[in-house]
Amino acid sequence: MKSLGSIRRSFAPWADPSAKPYIVFENITKRFGDFTAVNNLSLSIFEREFFALLGASGCGKSTLLRMLAGFEEPTSGRILLDGQDLRGIPPYKRPVNMMFQSYALFPHMTVEQNVAFGLKQDGMPKQEIDARVADMLKLVKLTQFAKRKPHQLSGGQRQRVALARSVAKRPKVLLLDEPLGALDKKLREETQFELMDLQQSLGLTFVVVTHDQEEAMTMADRIAILDKGEVMQVATPAEIYEAPVSQFVANFVGNVNMFEGKVKARNGEAATIVGGSGAEINVVNAGEAAAGKDVVFAIRPEKIKVSSKKPAGTNAMQGEIWDIAYLGDMTIFHVKLSDGQIVKAATMNSSRIAEDPLSWSDQAWISFEPNAGVVLSR
Amino acid sequence: MNTTWSRFNIASIVLGFAFLYLPIVLLIIFSFNASKLVTVWGGFSTKWYVSLFQNEALMDAAWVTIRVGVLSATFATILGTMAALALTRYTRFRGRVLFSGMVFAPLVMPEVITGLSLLLLFVAIGLDRGFLTVTLAHITFTMCFVAVVVQSRLVTFDRSLEEAAMDLGATPVRTFFAVTLPVILPAIVSGWMLAFTLSLDDLVIASFASGPGATTLPMKIYSQVRLGVTPEINAACTLLIAIVTVGVIAASIVNKRREVQRKLDEQAAQRG
Repeated sequence: MKSLGSIRRSFAPWADPSAKPYIVFENITKRFGDFTAVNNLSLSIFEREFFALLGASGCGKSTLLRMLAGFEEPTSGRILLDGQDLRGIPPYKRPVNMMFQSYALFPHMTVEQNVAFGLKQDGMPKQEIDARVADMLKLVKLTQFAKRKPHQLSGGQRQRVALARSVAKRPKVLLLDEPLGALDKKLREETQFELMDLQQSLGLTFVVVTHDQEEAMTMADRIAILDKGEVMQVATPAEIYEAPVSQFVANFVGNVNMFEGKVKARNGEAATIVGGSGAEINVVNAGEAAAGKDVVFAIRPEKIKVSSKKPAGTNAMQGEIWDIAYLGDMTIFHVKLSDGQIVKAATMNSSRIAEDPLSWSDQAWISFEPNAGVVLSR
Repeated sequence: MNTTWSRFNIASIVLGFAFLYLPIVLLIIFSFNASKLVTVWGGFSTKWYVSLFQNEALMDAAWVTIRVGVLSATFATILGTMAALALTRYTRFRGRVLFSGMVFAPLVMPEVITGLSLLLLFVAIGLDRGFLTVTLAHITFTMCFVAVVVQSRLVTFDRSLEEAAMDLGATPVRTFFAVTLPVILPAIVSGWMLAFTLSLDDLVIASFASGPGATTLPMKIYSQVRLGVTPEINAACTLLIAIVTVGVIAASIVNKRREVQRKLDEQAAQRG
């Protein structure tokens, strides 16, 4: 899998302005009666990309997937697949296949017949079907279960049958609706990597809908964060996490501390922000925020250091240890600052015994580097 | 659980069963009566069964009943299934409330009224009463029962099965025959059996809708009983009871077995 890793690292067609996107959502709006599920949304997905649509329930992510599969038609706008407008093409003529959240296995057919169903619809010769089905079952390690009915399988096995059935036709695009939602945590983690390997080895474009940010971060090349039918940000997992473009995105993915303040002075890209308590925060890149503007400084807990003595450097604030959550691999400190704000700071427990033990109600300092957080508009 | 039976419980069970089954037991016993007098026991005999099969009028009526039952149940199942599909799938069409009201009205409509109105219709359009009109009448009144049975299954039907089939390249028609129909088939079969049973034992509507040459078994039995109960009728009724009992017991055994097998399979699957 080493070689796949290096392919993956260099895979970034979205950064190449000459690359042609494979799937294009163009100003898509979808209304159900008075409810607007998707609002004037545009999005491009590239060939062989593992793309995740991430959002809370009701954000329009499933509707987007169903429009791509052909179960819903957009109210306005168009969807292009490899340059072809999909409007009016029924689901059974689209070169995409979907893996359903409920798996939707046909209960009256065996595993084998389920996997063969799509191939039969294409009128493939029986021998070829048999060979392909055998291949698929081998791929998902279900060969000895070929003659079983879905109700004779465990949840994880059903998930794999659904996967085998949806990739059996070698679709250009595989759509996955909450593919791991019904599995328990351990199985879900294993299956994430299996899905990634499968996507790489078959060279397919995957579009996955999920509400689980960890799942999206692990698997996807790029993530689109959706809210109320609109795209909040499209970027790689690292960009989403380290450089969120809005408070919504910063809050949605992972934990974050927000400091409200005003830009006091700018020095090129760098700036100084004054918080409500009068504490100053120096940042290396304040983006577009001009001097005098109200902003929010967002910083992840693991980028904040906690110490009992005043640290050297610029960004340091004093407070009191309010709460300690020991998680084994790391400890989360809740530090109450003088203005009452509680700041979360995560420390890796890299040695077994802390050199500088901090306890409840201790006076402590928090500090961070000038490039550790982002400045967002308010 | 309390396993000791109080006298009160025993008494109420005995009385309850007696109330339900004593008439039937009497009928069965007297069907084996050697005497021609219905209420006087004259020794065991099966001669009434022999004469029953030689009674052409009764056998004709039985044959008519079966043909009417099979035909009307089949058409009622097709129409009822279509109605159920329309009612569960197209929830927004114009006149849906009216349509569902009209489909289900025969469930609560007194049979006399259904029969009379059908009779008036047949007379008005000049349709000669006979085999065809009984069958049509039975289709009309059993269709709603099929629709109810099939609809209750369709409500819990997972639509994503159909979407999956279409996603895999099946046209809507193929999807219906390859996925929807097999999945709801048990409900359709129960609907058919219900319609068949209702048609078998209908007397009121058949009396209105039937004409000469198309006498059903219930009509025949009823008219003969008015001339006096003969042991032959007892024998005919005993056979009907036997058929129904065997059918019901067989169906429930098959269902039970399937259920148990399914549970075992699921437990086995969960264990890995």
